[in-house]
Amino acid sequence: MKKILLVLAVLGGMGLLQWALTAFLLDGPVRQGPYYYQILMLAGINVILAVSLNLTNGITGQFSIGHAGFFAIGAYVAASVSVYAGPTLQGSLAGLPSFAADSVLLLVASAAGVAAAAAAGWLVGMPSLRLRGDYLAIVTLGFGEIIRVLILNIDAVGGARGFTGIPRYSNFFWVGLGVVAAISTVRHIVRSSHGRALLSIREDEIAAQAMGVAVTRHKVTAFVIGAAFAGLAGSLFGHFTMYLHTNSFTFVKSFEIIIMIALGGLGSLAGAALGAVVLTVLPELFRGFAEYRMVIYALALILIMIYRPQGLLGKGRFLGRGKDK
Amino acid sequence: MKLAGLAGAGMLAGALILAACGKKGPESNDILIGEFGALTGSIASFGQSTHKGVALAVEEVNAGGGVLGRKIRLITEDDQGKPEEALTAVTKLISKDRVSALIGEFASSNSLAAAPFAQQSRIPMVSHGSTNPKVTQIGDYIFRVCFIDPFQGEVMAKFARNTLKLDRVAILRDIKSDYSVGLADYFTKSFTALGGTVVADESYSAGDKDFNAQLTALKGKTPAAIFVPGYYTEVGLIARQARKLGVHAILLGGDGWDSDKLWEIGGEALNGSYFSNHYSVDNPSPVIQGFVEQFKARYDGEKPDALAALGYDAAKVLIDAIRRAGSDDPKAIRDSLATTQGFAGITGIISLNENRDAVKSAVVLEVKDGKFVYKETVDP
Repeated sequence: MKKILLVLAVLGGMGLLQWALTAFLLDGPVRQGPYYYQILMLAGINVILAVSLNLTNGITGQFSIGHAGFFAIGAYVAASVSVYAGPTLQGSLAGLPSFAADSVLLLVASAAGVAAAAAAGWLVGMPSLRLRGDYLAIVTLGFGEIIRVLILNIDAVGGARGFTGIPRYSNFFWVGLGVVAAISTVRHIVRSSHGRALLSIREDEIAAQAMGVAVTRHKVTAFVIGAAFAGLAGSLFGHFTMYLHTNSFTFVKSFEIIIMIALGGLGSLAGAALGAVVLTVLPELFRGFAEYRMVIYALALILIMIYRPQGLLGKGRFLGRGKDK
Repeated sequence: MKLAGLAGAGMLAGALILAACGKKGPESNDILIGEFGALTGSIASFGQSTHKGVALAVEEVNAGGGVLGRKIRLITEDDQGKPEEALTAVTKLISKDRVSALIGEFASSNSLAAAPFAQQSRIPMVSHGSTNPKVTQIGDYIFRVCFIDPFQGEVMAKFARNTLKLDRVAILRDIKSDYSVGLADYFTKSFTALGGTVVADESYSAGDKDFNAQLTALKGKTPAAIFVPGYYTEVGLIARQARKLGVHAILLGGDGWDSDKLWEIGGEALNGSYFSNHYSVDNPSPVIQGFVEQFKARYDGEKPDALAALGYDAAKVLIDAIRRAGSDDPKAIRDSLATTQGFAGITGIISLNENRDAVKSAVVLEVKDGKFVYKETVDP
């Protein structure tokens, strides 16, 4: 009962927030509203990416650098569903008001995107999570690039020209829900026995195995969940920008996500979210510096890492567990 | 946890306030034009070139007293060459800076990402270098000053038939690339219409290294020239392998050849080949030489490439439209842009057709000992 109330409260809150954002930023009195809305949306999508990668990299201690690959799968699969199956579905939803029909279509497309990303996560994770450290990094990096090159060669999704004509279904209501879902899922995992198993793997894999923890199975589960949320982020991203191009999914994007969680503090849930927000907003604040913008941005990152090597919110601090280890 | 949440909220609020207060300044009487391009990132060399051209045009107009008695203020935003960043940059330019018009982007993918927002906000956008036909199909506020891919096929067909007086030509196309297929199809159509014969049509895929099979097949048909509308890497290899096989037909191509790497890969085998391009620094026309001199004086002796010339033209066409519109109202600028006819630019006489694409001349360049020498101008 309490849970249902909580879910309803979150839904209502997000709905209210979306209404307020539309009223004030998009159609409202704030002059640069659409620009802020754009940053807010990208920040939300980045939070989902960072929190989901944190499950693998921060909490389980496996170094994956292929997150952009799952992000791309989610984005392209969901967008294909909307573009190719959308018109048929739309016909059968003709009776609904437009926002409800859009929401149903977004949910269907996102479900496909999430499923595809999770399946890819399982396929990549099964063989490669038996590897450790550098080897896993290389496999995941390769995987991310393979996905990108593969998409580049598929004509149905535009190939090198990019995928055009994607409807704009996502808004802050859905991105906000995605953020809440990602954070609460990861938080629940961390606090469960499964989470303790993951932490033990991070601290010492051999010791964990000796204690009877099914190391590979736990690692794969965490990896698949992370991939699924990256797929969700991709789906929301594609339905927001209305255009997809492989340039958005290079390994540089994977590194950006890693920087987000490193900046926030590896393993810290609130840190990952904060890192994602800071890394989205920072380059925008530096727009005044024109070409030197990225230099200043890099400088800011270096300074933060020198003065707070443990990240903004130190290691081992999980949302809901106020104490530092 | 509370602390973390508070810190996060504080950062976000601080950032937003900072952004809101940034550079408000007094409302001036300037006409605002927004430019977005890849000033950083992997395709920064394109973005820097076009930016230099655009900035030069704006400085020139301002030095001459501006337009409609007002100065033009160019606001340039970086998109790192990424589509989503291009959308953010354009959103910022339109909603925060309230620009009257936009210039950009060079890469078609970035234009395609940003154009829907410009169209939706009813702000005219002029692209300098996006050749993908889809860009201007997004809506009636999106224009371009470069020619689209199919046109180059026509140019080379005219050149081969009318200037080189060739009868028998073969085609070797990159089957995976829209660009190459478009050029090849339009070449075939125009060349046949002009009375020539296409004796063979072979294909390859970008990334191939060995072209002996295709070249041997072409050799049997004894063409006088081979049209290879691909990118410089494959073209260089094709030229080398063709000469080795004893195929001495003239090689023809499009602007995908335009790179210093072409000569590094192909070497002497390319001597006497021709390709079409947007503009040539060596064109003796006084207008072009004047531009080259002016550009060199402004940027420490740097030679303007085709991208810089296109950027310069995009800005000039837009400013001319503002002058004719008599106001900086976006709708008025759009309407007058749509009626651009016979504008004398650096990259040719520019007219915008009903699809908001430029109809203009192209130049044909000859490859001679590592240099691209101006041969002639072909009109549409």
